[in-house]
Amino acid sequence: MKVRNVTTNVSAVVIGASTGGIEALQQIFRFMENEFTLAVIVVIHLPPSGKSMLPSLFEGYSFKRVKEAEDKEKIEAGTLYFAPHNYHLLIESDSTFSLSSDEPVSFARPSIDVLFESATDAFGDQLIGIVLSGANEDGAKGVHAICKAGGIVLVQEPSSAVASAMPLAGAAACAEAKQMSPVAIGSYLNKLGVTAYAAK
Amino acid sequence: MSFSPNAKRKTEEIELELLLEGLYEKYGYDFRRYSRASLKRRIEQAKDRLSCSTLSELQNRILHSSQDFETFLSYLTIQVSEMFRDPSYYKALRCKVIPHLRTYPSIKIWIAGCSAGEELYSFAILLREEGLENRCIFYATDINQAALLKAEAGVYRPEDVLQFTKNYQLAGGKASFSDYYTAAYGSVVFDKSLKKKAVFSDHSLVTDSVFSEVHLISCRNVLIYFERALQDRAVGLFKDSLVRKGFLGLGSKETLRFSEHKEAFETFDRDERIYQLRGPA
Repeated sequence: MKVRNVTTNVSAVVIGASTGGIEALQQIFRFMENEFTLAVIVVIHLPPSGKSMLPSLFEGYSFKRVKEAEDKEKIEAGTLYFAPHNYHLLIESDSTFSLSSDEPVSFARPSIDVLFESATDAFGDQLIGIVLSGANEDGAKGVHAICKAGGIVLVQEPSSAVASAMPLAGAAACAEAKQMSPVAIGSYLNKLGVTAYAAK
Repeated sequence: MSFSPNAKRKTEEIELELLLEGLYEKYGYDFRRYSRASLKRRIEQAKDRLSCSTLSELQNRILHSSQDFETFLSYLTIQVSEMFRDPSYYKALRCKVIPHLRTYPSIKIWIAGCSAGEELYSFAILLREEGLENRCIFYATDINQAALLKAEAGVYRPEDVLQFTKNYQLAGGKASFSDYYTAAYGSVVFDKSLKKKAVFSDHSLVTDSVFSEVHLISCRNVLIYFERALQDRAVGLFKDSLVRKGFLGLGSKETLRFSEHKEAFETFDRDERIYQLRGPA
């Protein structure tokens, strides 16, 4: 029987965030000191107006590159991607992105569930899904899918979240979900990134 | 034969291939080169709606019942849109593209993938306000007959019209948006005269070919549903349909940057994803 080493077998990290999520993300990334070697793909709910400034808010952390995900773009390691405003972001089995302008899912576009479910199809158990602060339940179906496929689920410790509904719903949807503060998530990812790097 | 822990997923992939193949053989609708991830979501929704437990069961149903097929098809092709979606796109058309169109004695505009007609009415209003309506022909095409019928009817929900109105104003509308519709019996009906220059027609960017020479093509948020090879086919079709120096407008996250036809076009407005066909060298 093959024993799976969770720290070297991860293909990507997907993160969903809503109200209070930008702050939580910044806290997480602040605790990642080394150049991170995995792809990190983020959906954040934002009010439906204006141009996305997200990539520019996240310059200066430990990623090689920070950018908005583009349709049919190949996912690359060490890159932090954000879903574009007003589109769903999906992952194809050949590790490329697809966008969709299908109707909002649970009132959200981009939807965390849509990203997480398609990422599960693409990466199976080699996936980490993280649900951060938010005042709705988007992401719960997504972490359920990740959990079922044998991936790793982390949720922000509800007491550390500006809005706890989303992490609570995430934890309820996945019995194995670990609850962690942003600082703990940051150091977890940091270790993971270094191990993944050492394994190459 | 080797054992794979992903055996279950593999079965679903096989089922999906067979379903798409069957759909094409029986009904001529070709979704085989659509981006899989969002196609799969839509097919799963149709599967739930038709109370099927597997994709094989769904295949059985749609091959044997044309009614189930129609239901299925509506899940695969219905697109939600808005009038004047992305107002800055329409503003750019009004300010930068219309002056070029004005120089033609007759103007043909193709709305490719017109869905329920929101984009068509946006164009009809825009061209009317610019005094060019009488010189225009609009081709509104889609693969979904039900959507075409909706587009022709021009009936929308009052709650959506609030957003349409906001978009119209942001897009530089010159009149009062309510001049273009009447509200009746809980719905909003757009002025029938807006579609008097429109031809509604069943056309597939996947399997059909050039049908006319046009001056402007607007095809928004359609290419994102295609795999790259299919995107190339569609853009090739646009290239062959446009007059020299004709315009192509795409969705706000679509680009010709990776297209095999990119050399044939110049970027006319990068932010609004408007391209112009180059002349012969």
